[in-house]
Amino acid sequence: MLSDYVFIGLFAIVAAIFPFAGFAVSYLVRPKRPDPVKSDVYECGMKPIGEAWVQFKVQYYLYALIFVIFDVMSVFLFPWAVAYHTLGLYALVEMCIFLGILVGGLIYAWRKGALRWV
Amino acid sequence: MVLQAVFMLFSAMAVGAALAVVTNKNIFHSALFLVVALLGVAGLYVLLEAPFIAVVQVLIYVGAISTLILFAIMLTRRLMDASERQRNEQWFISAIVAVGLFIVLVLSVGQVHWPVVHTDVPENHLNRLGQDLMEHYVLPFEVTAVLLLAALVGAIVIARERTR
Amino acid sequence: MIPLHWFLIVAAALFCIGLYGVLSRRNAVGILMGIELMLNAVNVNLVAFWRYLDPLESLGQVFVLFVLAVAAAEAAVGLALIIAIYRNRDTIIVEDIDLMKW
Repeated sequence: MLSDYVFIGLFAIVAAIFPFAGFAVSYLVRPKRPDPVKSDVYECGMKPIGEAWVQFKVQYYLYALIFVIFDVMSVFLFPWAVAYHTLGLYALVEMCIFLGILVGGLIYAWRKGALRWV
Repeated sequence: MVLQAVFMLFSAMAVGAALAVVTNKNIFHSALFLVVALLGVAGLYVLLEAPFIAVVQVLIYVGAISTLILFAIMLTRRLMDASERQRNEQWFISAIVAVGLFIVLVLSVGQVHWPVVHTDVPENHLNRLGQDLMEHYVLPFEVTAVLLLAALVGAIVIARERTR
Repeated sequence: MIPLHWFLIVAAALFCIGLYGVLSRRNAVGILMGIELMLNAVNVNLVAFWRYLDPLESLGQVFVLFVLAVAAAEAAVGLALIIAIYRNRDTIIVEDIDLMKW
């Protein structure tokens, strides 16, 4: 049972090594001729203005919030889907009630303009 | 033996990253260490033969809640610079309380004789979980939907900027 | 097999670290991260007890799912409150938010 996870573990180790290997190889084979213009910070060819930690809009948070709520919803959907064939019609009704309540929240968010990008 | 080593690895990952979360000066780095700690906990769930819970942990905590925390840090970013003092005056007392509680918990865990049963997890336990969720725990299940609805509406009302 | 004690001790360590974070952080987001650590410790305990004491029932896992849902709702509302406080008072240092203190 647990030995099935050996492959996932190997995959994770290879995935962790991969970026380091890439950077190491490019570090070894690249020519090193730094000059001040080349090592300058740039952004779309322009000199950056201010610091990188700019103030973000609250819209990012609202999107992440709605994502979290529906992520939790999907977690409850999964065991229901697995057990669907052994359950009767009442389970479908229960899940419809569950989804209906949450879709009400989505409609509220929509009406309030939380999904609009300003 | 291998199992014990893997357990040690995951718990070291979780506890070490958790220590970094509470002691790091930069709150943004703390949030990234929180992701590592949560992944370590997901590994512990795998060792406990609860793969569904492990996936849920990655999906919700690592994927969603940590994103939410990172966005909240970016939105309140003026306090992120490391020059700001991150500990309050009572941190030393807090540390003593936390260590004391840990010692008490470890001692009491050793005192109790747990009635451990040596059975395997049934193959179709996810099926069982779905059935129980739909039959025995229907009311908490539907109340969860109401809770999530209340959280969604409340958080939108609180976080939105007053336009108009 | 790994003894049950080990899981309980790791969970206790996570809980105490989270408690220290809650008590010692000045930044409100840091306090919330401490709470998340404590909730995770509780979940580890629940799953460990399910696996070692009652693996044939599903109660332990159902409980973990509900704790997760509550944790998500708590994080969403808590962080929204922090953002609202930041917008109104320009700080999320909990020591400076003391309007109701006397």
